[in-house]
Amino acid sequence: MNPTTPSRIKVRPATERDGRKDYISIRDYGFWYGQKKALDAISLDIPERQVVAFIGPSGCGKSTLLRNLNRMNDLVDGISHEGDITINGRSIYDPGLEVISLRRRVGMVFQKSNPFPKSIYENVVYALRVMGVRDRAILDEACETSLRKSALWDEVKDRLQDSALGLSGGQMQRLCIARAIANRPEILLMDEPCSALDPIATGKIEELIHELKEQFTIVIVTHSMQQAARVSDRTAFFYLGKQIEYDTTEKIFMNPSQAQTEAYISGRFG
Amino acid sequence: MSSNPSDSSTPRGEAWVWFTGLGLIVGLGMVVGLLSLVILNGVTVFWAPPVPVAQIDDGRTIIGQLAQRRIRAGSPANAPRYELQYQVGLRELNGNSYLWVDEAKVKAETFPADVLGLERVENGPAFVRPVSLRKSDGQTVLVTDPSFEVAFQAEVASASAVREKLVEITRHRIGDVNAEMDAARVALRRAEDLKLAAEVAARRGQITSLEQRFAALQAEAAKVVAGGAVASLVSREASGREVLVPLTQVIRGWFPNRLDTWGRIQLFSSRLGEFIFDEPREANTEGGLMPAIFGTLVMTVFMSLMVTPFGVITAIYLREYAQQGAVLRIVRISVNNLAGVPSIVFGVFGLGFFVYVLGGSIDQLFFADQLKYNNNTPVFGTGGLLWCSLTLALMTLPVVIVATEEALAAVPRGMREASLAAGASKWQTIRDILLPASAPGILTGVILAMARGAGEVAPLMLVGVVKLAPTLPFDAVAPFLHMDRKFMHLGFHVYDLGFQSPDSDAARPMVFATTLLLIVLVVALNIGAIWIRNRLRARFKGAAF
Ligand SMILES: Nc1ncnc2c1ncn2[C@@H]1O[C@H](COP(=O)(O)OP(=O)(O)OP(=O)(O)O)[C@@H](O)[C@H]1O
Ligand SMILES: [Mg+2]
Repeated sequence: MNPTTPSRIKVRPATERDGRKDYISIRDYGFWYGQKKALDAISLDIPERQVVAFIGPSGCGKSTLLRNLNRMNDLVDGISHEGDITINGRSIYDPGLEVISLRRRVGMVFQKSNPFPKSIYENVVYALRVMGVRDRAILDEACETSLRKSALWDEVKDRLQDSALGLSGGQMQRLCIARAIANRPEILLMDEPCSALDPIATGKIEELIHELKEQFTIVIVTHSMQQAARVSDRTAFFYLGKQIEYDTTEKIFMNPSQAQTEAYISGRFG
Repeated sequence: MSSNPSDSSTPRGEAWVWFTGLGLIVGLGMVVGLLSLVILNGVTVFWAPPVPVAQIDDGRTIIGQLAQRRIRAGSPANAPRYELQYQVGLRELNGNSYLWVDEAKVKAETFPADVLGLERVENGPAFVRPVSLRKSDGQTVLVTDPSFEVAFQAEVASASAVREKLVEITRHRIGDVNAEMDAARVALRRAEDLKLAAEVAARRGQITSLEQRFAALQAEAAKVVAGGAVASLVSREASGREVLVPLTQVIRGWFPNRLDTWGRIQLFSSRLGEFIFDEPREANTEGGLMPAIFGTLVMTVFMSLMVTPFGVITAIYLREYAQQGAVLRIVRISVNNLAGVPSIVFGVFGLGFFVYVLGGSIDQLFFADQLKYNNNTPVFGTGGLLWCSLTLALMTLPVVIVATEEALAAVPRGMREASLAAGASKWQTIRDILLPASAPGILTGVILAMARGAGEVAPLMLVGVVKLAPTLPFDAVAPFLHMDRKFMHLGFHVYDLGFQSPDSDAARPMVFATTLLLIVLVVALNIGAIWIRNRLRARFKGAAF
């Protein structure tokens, strides 16, 4: 098959799995909002410390799948699922597993930045506070590390006690990333984290994803093909709640095996 | 109207703009009208205008302050005839403080400089023309003497100092002794009943010493009276009869036709100060409203302190925890309808449940001795500050619930999700994120509740507001705040003055002044709450609020 990828998309060379084990496994997973089936027969494995991108046209179920990984969809009434999702071998629906402890291991960054109306400092350490951490030294240190990791430290280190609502849009989103990684989760879920940002802020966050990859397994939903190509190791393409193709990003962009994938990537629909 | 049908939306829209604007104008007009009526009538009570001496057709002479002017009943509409109402005072002589006179029959009005207005402890004001002053040292000063006014004011001042001292002794110190005596008697009866010999002896001793203190205070009071000013004013009333006014009776004297503007302003402020900071006199038609202001304030604050936690907790349950469905909808509708229940119904409930059931049980449990040895006098089993606050808290509960529910619902979903995604429990999310973010909205509800509660009268009459409370609900005796006491309330005061007062002419201006004060108090409370809310809002600026 001809590589139909537009030349402006630069694809990173495929990373080997380097013997990484699969960390998140989704098996024959289906999901309903009430009577409406939003996901159908999804099966994919996400290796640890890699970046996986979910792409697909609007309404195809990317956010739904992402939000099921930390059971955020539990907030919605009338949901049901079939199949299973395991993280590190343990089902997230295991009755012995508390949702709260699951969410502490799976951080999340939302499309719209949503800082709390608190100080920058309190925003970052929120996850630690709700875990009951009181020790000032630990909180300070967690605040600095995560702000550094999210490339925000230099901009805010002098005004940690100011309201987070005074930050710019891009800074707010990086603050939300800092908040999501402050309690060192194992997995980081990002739902279109850059859709409201300018190219410079987007660039910063993409760099950030590269760095965070050293420690976290990252799942990112994006509408930007370039972004998926730039940041991800593997890409899953969904269409109408179904998983059409899942492979290394290089393969998906250079040589997709499904015609639908090719059509979407080359911009012919979606 | 435009002839082009596709263009017709603009003119029609404009008609609606005018129509809605009209609604606003009518509403605003009524509010402005109400406020100006109350302010005008309420403020002029304290203003001292010149006082005329009027010659009437029938040969009478009147000295009096003009109170009202109105069209005579039955006079032709095209040529109305007016009648005037004068406040002549000297109720003990004239039988009535106020007098209606046909305007056409007033032959002449003069404003002689020697007219003297007197505010008195009893029998209302008086307008007289002084002749001479018999000072406490026995000397007599004639009104023609240039030092007359100075001497007069000095005597008035020393007389009121004596009066204040007397009030301090008779009302406050003797009152304290009486209260202690009552407690000691109850304790004595109990000790006698239980045959506690040592206690009986101790109590008897205590009562004896209290009786001695009582006698000593009475003697002190007598001494103050004897040593005080015995000055009196010889003066003539309008018809020339001589009146002797002992200055112990005089609270304030002023020469209404001699005062300059600055003097009138000073008199105005002094009267206003008395109105706000003093206790009432003369069946509440004179004197001040301090106890009522204090009672209204304390009751409203307690009501808010009670309704806020209840309302917020209920709303949190309804919005965050309860299973959304038919039952919840019914509960919501019921709560909303609770806001429409007539307030007197809450009063009846307060009396039947809070006072009799709750208060009665509290008395049975904690004040059994008190009941048994004090002729079954209830403590909490009768109306009081606590029950008033609780009744109004119940009445305003729906307001707070609805406001809190709406504030919680208005917190952006993203914030809630972010908190849960960070691993917070539901309760942590509510406590750390939702409640702080909805605090301004909750406070709006509390402000509305306060405004409604502060102005409510009907239910309070059943559960603890009285015309005249002997003591404030707050004093220096532990536990300092006496939630069981009855108290005075501005709203009830208005009702009492307006409908229960023996002298309706004297009460009428006070009704307006009290109403004005009630409005000012409610506005002040609201401004306080709004100030707090704005500070909270400033903290959350940029958020959804
Ligand atoms: N809370 C919900 N209740 C009912 N249906 C929902 C809900 N959330 C999403 N859906 C439906 O599920 C389907 C998948 O939605 P989802 O948000 O996962 O799409 P998406 O791929 O993230 O789209 P986008 O790229 O526009 O964000 C859509 O048809 C949507 O209408
Ligand atoms: Mg989405």
